[in-house]
Amino acid sequence: MSHPHTIIGGLLNIVLGLAFALAMAALLTWVERRLLGFLQDRYGPNRAGPFGILQAVADGIKLLFKQDWIPPFADPGVFVLAPAISMVTVMLALAVIPATPVIGIIGNLNVGLLYFLAMGGLGVYSVVLAGWASNNKFSLLGGVRAAAQMVSYEVFMGLALVGVVMLAGSFNLTDIVHSQRHLWYVVPQFVGFIIFFLGGIAETHRLPFDLPEGESELGAGFHTEYSGMKFGMFFIGEYIGIMLVSAMTTVLFLGGWYGPILPPFLWFGIKTGLLIAFFILLRAALPRPRYDQLMSFGWKLLLPLTLLNILVTGALMLAGPAPS
Amino acid sequence: MNATFEISAIVAVLATLMMITRPSAVHALLYLTVSLLAAALVFFVLGAPFAAALEVIIYAGAIMVLFVFVIMMLNIGEAAAAFESTMLKPSAWIGPSVLALLLAIELGSLAVTGGLARPAGSVVGAQAVGIALVGPYMLAVEIASFLLLAGLVAAFHLGRSVTRGD
Amino acid sequence: MLSSVRTLWYTFLHLFHRNVTVSYPEEMPYLAPRTRGRIVLTRDPDGEERCVSCYLCAVACPVDCISLQKTEEDGRWYPEFFSINFSRCIFCGFCEEACPTYAIQLTPDFEMSEYDRQNLVYEKEDLLISGTGKYPDYNFYRVAGLAIPGKDKGEAEHERKPIDTRSLMP
Repeated sequence: MSHPHTIIGGLLNIVLGLAFALAMAALLTWVERRLLGFLQDRYGPNRAGPFGILQAVADGIKLLFKQDWIPPFADPGVFVLAPAISMVTVMLALAVIPATPVIGIIGNLNVGLLYFLAMGGLGVYSVVLAGWASNNKFSLLGGVRAAAQMVSYEVFMGLALVGVVMLAGSFNLTDIVHSQRHLWYVVPQFVGFIIFFLGGIAETHRLPFDLPEGESELGAGFHTEYSGMKFGMFFIGEYIGIMLVSAMTTVLFLGGWYGPILPPFLWFGIKTGLLIAFFILLRAALPRPRYDQLMSFGWKLLLPLTLLNILVTGALMLAGPAPS
Repeated sequence: MNATFEISAIVAVLATLMMITRPSAVHALLYLTVSLLAAALVFFVLGAPFAAALEVIIYAGAIMVLFVFVIMMLNIGEAAAAFESTMLKPSAWIGPSVLALLLAIELGSLAVTGGLARPAGSVVGAQAVGIALVGPYMLAVEIASFLLLAGLVAAFHLGRSVTRGD
Repeated sequence: MLSSVRTLWYTFLHLFHRNVTVSYPEEMPYLAPRTRGRIVLTRDPDGEERCVSCYLCAVACPVDCISLQKTEEDGRWYPEFFSINFSRCIFCGFCEEACPTYAIQLTPDFEMSEYDRQNLVYEKEDLLISGTGKYPDYNFYRVAGLAIPGKDKGEAEHERKPIDTRSLMP
């Protein structure tokens, strides 16, 4: 339905989608700093351009013109590969998000949800390899933390989605949104929603789960040795990751593009935007947990909770009327 | 679709070759990951998107990450790499290579004579896989889950005894 | 868990608080007259230099940023040169406290950045202002007993005539 049938049309769709995602990521760096500022009773960057909106451009120019430096002790190939993986995986994952029935690159993929999880799983490599290739103990510690954290939280993230898949009866994201026409899944799957969002924060290693970076104890963690545009790619990857998790939560739990009066695309944008703002609020409000607290929180609280969620959902579906 | 299949198949073979010959363990693991991703693409092209997604999520996304994790922790240096290269003597690799070559010839001849099953036209969806797993392959799934449970218990036990010894 | 949610809520409420930031270059903050900023050398109401080169400021300075040399002209003492290295100065105000003639004073001005660090060494012509600073009526030579041209001994304010030690009269 949404697929352009010509190759040119498809390419145009992809290029436009990527350009839009990159532009939004750049804008998001500014939005985050501005919003963080207001949450902390200050202004944030307000110098470059109207309301400081050109700050993103200024940062981009600065990153591009910095010296492209590979430390002599690093593993050069892997060192360059890692930031590319970071950016490419999130951008690939963004392709399956159906913003509206017609806007989206491959929103109709029949295993869209699994594809999203797969790209999330590959995203781990960027952090792990960056940590290893930097050949620096802080980076390595960051990479080790990231590997353990992201592999663990991926499990809960995937399991939290099983409830949604059971209710919708499909891995196709467009179908999942269609099945939320009457009731958003955040209501019947509230536990899944919370756990998916927590897993999303851990996957994008955003605060408060930013232990792989952990400025206070690891310098900058896995990207200690990165500078210039290679750091910029991690940066863009992180911000597109935020957009990705927010958009995914919207699609899976908040009814995607459904909403009264306003056009579908706007509804999708509003919901995603609010979730992104919540990400930023989390960063402003919460301190970083200790590493063992993070892991035991995941394995001892979230895992039983997700399994229970699946059990209860399944039992209710068997007991109640057959899903249509 | 045919071109996608051929390209990803060639990538898979080349990546596997590179993986065998790399002296650095992390590089070898990376090539193995590429090979797994190419295999996933092959699955996808052959009409098994569910299997392809699982290949990426479980093999590339979880198991290989843990391998990389362990290798990172071990921090194998130049010395180990040098030692590995001394082990790669012709006497070590000639036997397996001949066997692998025989398999390759067999596969090639099958492909030439058209003995290989044509790619299924229908897509094997998640539902079909699920029904197959809890239907005809129930016993295999249960045995595998027993094995995993045993592994889990053993890992837990080993982990405990190590912390107690400290 | 609940406390985290509460923290989130309170942080969210801060969105509607007033920003505490003062947009400095556009919006100048009020500085009290006694704020310790750039150091100046003042003149007495007659327009002459107040500084008498007593070196007390240089002695009091904890970071030794003041340097001067005394010279004399018609009975008045002047600094031949007087330089303050503002890259060393910590704006503690001890020089002002030590000064017996109210010559050296700290002003509320603090915008004195330079691209070249050498430019932060202020010489006497940079330091000397034409006004009297915080003490508009004070004139050291009017209250001191020292004789200068135009004012002999005993002619200062609240000063008695010098005692003629050779006289027997009280």
